[in-house]
Amino acid sequence: MSDSSTNGDGFGDRAKAAAGWPVMVSFQALNYPLSAIQRIVGIQGMPWIFLLPNLAFFGIFVVIPLFINFAFSLTGGTELFLGNRVYTGTEQYGFLLECETFGDPITCREDRFWKGLYNTAIFIIFQVTFLVLFSLITALILNQKIRARGFFRAVFFFPVLLSPVVVALIWKWILLRDGILNAFLVSVGMDKILFFVSPEWSMFWAVFVSIWAHMGFYTLILLAGLQAIQPDLYEAAEMDGTSKERVFWRITMPLLWPNLLVVLVLALIKGVQIFDEVFVLTGGGPGTATQFIVQYIYNTGFTEQVQNFGLASAASVVLGVVLFVLTITQLAVTRARDNG
Amino acid sequence: MAETSPQTRSLATLITTRRGGDRLHWSDVFTYTYLFFGVLLMFGPVVWLVLSSFKTPAGLIEFPPTFLPLGQIEVKVEGYDKPLPLFEVDMEDGTTKQLAQVRRIGIVSQMVDPKNPGEKIKVPINQRTKVREFRMALENYTDPLERFNFVQFLQNSVIVTVVATLVTLLINSMAAYGLSIYEFRGRNAIMLFVICTLMIPITVILVPVYLVVTQMGMINSLWAVILPGAATPTGVFLLRQYMLTIPKDLIEAARMDNASEWTIYAKIVLPLAMPAIAVLAIFSIMWRWNEFLWPLIVLNRSEVYTLQVGLNAFQGELDVQWHYILAMTVITLIPVVVVFTFLQKFITTGIASSGMK
Repeated sequence: MSDSSTNGDGFGDRAKAAAGWPVMVSFQALNYPLSAIQRIVGIQGMPWIFLLPNLAFFGIFVVIPLFINFAFSLTGGTELFLGNRVYTGTEQYGFLLECETFGDPITCREDRFWKGLYNTAIFIIFQVTFLVLFSLITALILNQKIRARGFFRAVFFFPVLLSPVVVALIWKWILLRDGILNAFLVSVGMDKILFFVSPEWSMFWAVFVSIWAHMGFYTLILLAGLQAIQPDLYEAAEMDGTSKERVFWRITMPLLWPNLLVVLVLALIKGVQIFDEVFVLTGGGPGTATQFIVQYIYNTGFTEQVQNFGLASAASVVLGVVLFVLTITQLAVTRARDNG
Repeated sequence: MAETSPQTRSLATLITTRRGGDRLHWSDVFTYTYLFFGVLLMFGPVVWLVLSSFKTPAGLIEFPPTFLPLGQIEVKVEGYDKPLPLFEVDMEDGTTKQLAQVRRIGIVSQMVDPKNPGEKIKVPINQRTKVREFRMALENYTDPLERFNFVQFLQNSVIVTVVATLVTLLINSMAAYGLSIYEFRGRNAIMLFVICTLMIPITVILVPVYLVVTQMGMINSLWAVILPGAATPTGVFLLRQYMLTIPKDLIEAARMDNASEWTIYAKIVLPLAMPAIAVLAIFSIMWRWNEFLWPLIVLNRSEVYTLQVGLNAFQGELDVQWHYILAMTVITLIPVVVVFTFLQKFITTGIASSGMK
């Protein structure tokens, strides 16, 4: 933060000059009602007044929906309003989870759900592995004394800020039948590949594009972790004439390990919720080859002719349980890093 | 190294020796190779997008594609109403000539010499190549502004981003103030609650939030996009951590001077927390500008589409007009590039210190 405060003051001053007076006037106007409230509730009541708007938003848009979600998953029919829905107990879950043989989506009653789960599993195995691997390599490289380090750091980071739609369109344009990648393939004597017709290629590009888009974020966290390692350790190792390889395995890796775990779990949490860029890139296709669990929820609840809110909610609850377990792991891992 | 002669070894040493005195390690070669391909892979696609966005529809469907946006030169020829496209033609006598094409019939092209418009020449089409010049199709950018709802999308996106960021900053800074300045019963419970809501992403509660938004009559209004995400646990967290560092004496002194709690918040704590507020503002702008799944669900009429939803709708149409889509994608990208260029340090230190994005 100390690094940015010098920049920040200049920016802050200009922002204050431009946006200052309407903000000042409205804050001043709010002072009258809030002073009146303070006279009624006293200073000890004021924290609740300050918390009120935020808690109201959390309540209306997070907590109440969380409970409604359960209620939805226990009802059937196509009505949106809970009062009009029929109580069906655990029927939705039964429908969702019933399979002749587990692990084989085709034998399940709701095969699209299982295909979504299966695709998501395949996706995160590859995506998280290579995402963490490349973030680590990039962070290690950017942590060296190289020329134009700031430039290279920016190059690897900027896709993080692009919207998923933009990311998907950039790559779709490259991968089209007459796109530049196929032009390259033809120029080296190969045949054109229809990437979005092949299930394997579609999955490959879904993984590739999402790594391309998110790598910078994880690189940045790992880079911060690397820079927190005491330089004395490296100096001491150099004086002892320790080889680079040994320094990496004996100093860098053990000290970076907690950060690596945090990155791994964060990547898992994001990976399970993959939707945006792949939805625009492949539309879930060909067929259901790149349809993931969030898209299953979206399709079931919002795009089908018959909007099946109950089934979508039941699937959300399943997704929520997975995320809950992952988040608990994340909290434990983060705490271990910050305390250790 | 044992087999190399002393001469070549000294040469090798000369090339690979660095300023520091030590030899070039294999890992240095790897580093610069990696960085080279990294720049190519990360920057290349965006450069390609920008270059392509200036191409005409004819230029876009060309295969193999040209690197730069090129347009075929057209010449005005006496006796023809429209300008004719210019070609370079290999003549039968071995010379090459620049001729304008009148019409094409099958594999034969009827051409005319611009200097001698009276005489028509028949040329097989494989003996002519287009004469082109560097030309940017700016109409890709100007047409969507007039022909589609693009300006409307842009306006919606700006409204959503600005209003949502203001609401987010106000209510989250108030909550952070309440949780950092006061000691009160239930504070830890509230903090635990905030941490818990941190764990519930919108993807898990799509259906019930949709119900709530419908109940409030906000479907197909921008409020449906603005309000549900306005209270962010990450925002409260970030601001609270920062406000905890503000000395309590300052607040006590203000209370002695009879300042109301609201005045202390607005005039003392907020200005001091500006660096953290700026970070949250930048994050919020990025989140809102790029948000996709939720607007996709609650905005079903094209008048209320945000840029992201609008772009997705365009690219999903049967007859995809790539020349417009590419140009609109570039426009969507511009604010992010501007924010990044000027505030890169803010963003990167913000992410590195909070671990969020």
